[in-house]
Amino acid sequence: MLRIVLWRLAFAVPLLLAVTAAMFALAANSPFDPVRQYLGDRAMVTSPEVVARIRAEWGLDRPLLEQYATWLGNLSSGQLGESHSFNRPVLDVILERLPWTLLATGCAIVLMLAGSLVVGTLAAWRKGSALDRIITGGALANESAPVFWLALAAIYVFAVTLRWLPAGGLTDAGSTTLDPLDVAAHMVLPVTVLAISQSSWLVLYVRESVIATLREDFVLGARSRGLRERTVVVRHALRAALLPFLTLLGARVPELVTGAILVETVFSWPGVASATVQAALSVDFPLLAVLTLLGTLAVVAGNLLADLAYRIADPRTAS
Amino acid sequence: MRTAAFVLVALGLAVLLVPPIFQLDQQLVDLRAAGLPPSPAHPLGTDEVGRDVLLRCVYGLRVSFLVGLVAALVSMVIGGTLGLAAGSAGGLVDRLLMRVVDGFSSLPHLLLGIFIVAMFAPSPVAVVVSVGITHWTSAARIVRSEVLSLRGRPFVEAAISGGASRSRVIYRHLLPHLVPHLLLAMVLMVPHAIWHETALSFLGLGLPPHLASLGNMINDGQRSLLAGNWWSSLAPGLFILAPTLAVSVLSQRWRDRLNPRMRSELAL
Repeated sequence: MLRIVLWRLAFAVPLLLAVTAAMFALAANSPFDPVRQYLGDRAMVTSPEVVARIRAEWGLDRPLLEQYATWLGNLSSGQLGESHSFNRPVLDVILERLPWTLLATGCAIVLMLAGSLVVGTLAAWRKGSALDRIITGGALANESAPVFWLALAAIYVFAVTLRWLPAGGLTDAGSTTLDPLDVAAHMVLPVTVLAISQSSWLVLYVRESVIATLREDFVLGARSRGLRERTVVVRHALRAALLPFLTLLGARVPELVTGAILVETVFSWPGVASATVQAALSVDFPLLAVLTLLGTLAVVAGNLLADLAYRIADPRTAS
Repeated sequence: MRTAAFVLVALGLAVLLVPPIFQLDQQLVDLRAAGLPPSPAHPLGTDEVGRDVLLRCVYGLRVSFLVGLVAALVSMVIGGTLGLAAGSAGGLVDRLLMRVVDGFSSLPHLLLGIFIVAMFAPSPVAVVVSVGITHWTSAARIVRSEVLSLRGRPFVEAAISGGASRSRVIYRHLLPHLVPHLLLAMVLMVPHAIWHETALSFLGLGLPPHLASLGNMINDGQRSLLAGNWWSSLAPGLFILAPTLAVSVLSQRWRDRLNPRMRSELAL
């Protein structure tokens, strides 16, 4: 077990280094000048000497490799820099927004798992029926629909036409306190849209997997012992069908990050994923770089957790 | 299956033929006709400055399709070259390249794309580069596994034992067998590339705002959504959904037909 963790981490270090190097190389070749950006309108009236002094102070006149090493050193010692789009330290922005992202995506994952297990098993159990065709067709259509389009459609139906739920944000515009009920109402649409947009492959996967296991001998055995149909499907077939699915779940973290970026943006959810877009729109390199690294870390952690869960769930792989 | 093929052909014809035949100005601003709901004159309504949504959708699909096609081509060239190199070199080169492929494919594509586009001004080139750089890994995997299986075939062994140079083996014997696989992978990649372009444009980071791409249209339209104008943001989405769904239905059928296990089940 420990060896797997260490091996995975050993693979993660060069990956993260490569990502930082690539980001730095891109930023160094970018036509955007950080000094000009910092000065804004004042750049027109600032004398070249002052600009040069700022450059020297920020170390921008140093060789690129030295700048990269300094930046990497700062990152690893926890000095993440200043975000100019939020006018605050990067660390503060992330600490304030990360809990909201974790809350929303956590709820979405739970909803996605529970929903797809039920729907996928239903489709497999009634394979070939009208219900099965509706579910399979719906999953395919859902996979082709861009998640931001789905989110806008949900806003139109549930917030504009029916007026059941708020269209976005964390709380009502006027409120100054965090009322849990208010936040929960604002969470319903983003969480559901994120869960649904991520669930197509899972529904189809559960369906295929349960269909395959329903044909196995042990299921036939359970049936011949006269067990109830529900017991056979849920306790025998579904349980065996779930094993490979743990690893697949870990491999889906990149898609989850993508979905979170788009959903948080549409619903103005104040998480780190929507901050990525704001940072990108204002070319806020310090924040954007740290958020990109955070996304990469999430993927590495997801793969690691999936590996470990698989090993715990299936003792055969331990040896 | 037939419906899917029909949808693809119809959209293809619309994208190719509508602009040269009808010569309508998609940028025509008519403030008196702003924000009209769908009607016979404007089948999908008009947007907030009175431009016809259906016409702009066709133009948008044209732009998105072109960007998607070029981006898919770029990723095929990158992936094909690296896959060919890994498969034919073998050994340490192969293992190293495949590690790079593993690392790349585990990164969130949109996040990398956002980073690349953010560091450069919005332009079609930046979008194509960001899609191409993040999507080549599947092509590399396909080409590598195909090269590995081809290398063991008698005609390749015969060529090598006959003294053919490495480049001759690659160009004369391997490449012709790889082209169909690459083409199929590219067709499947185009909807994905379109999705990526649309997502970037929707976030305001993709194509410049004056180009009518589907993502830009959805981004523009979402402002009037709260006022009840659903057509200018939701209609362009259907033009992404329809071709993507059609391609995925067709490829699914194709896979089922190639899969002997499914065939025997159908016979049962």
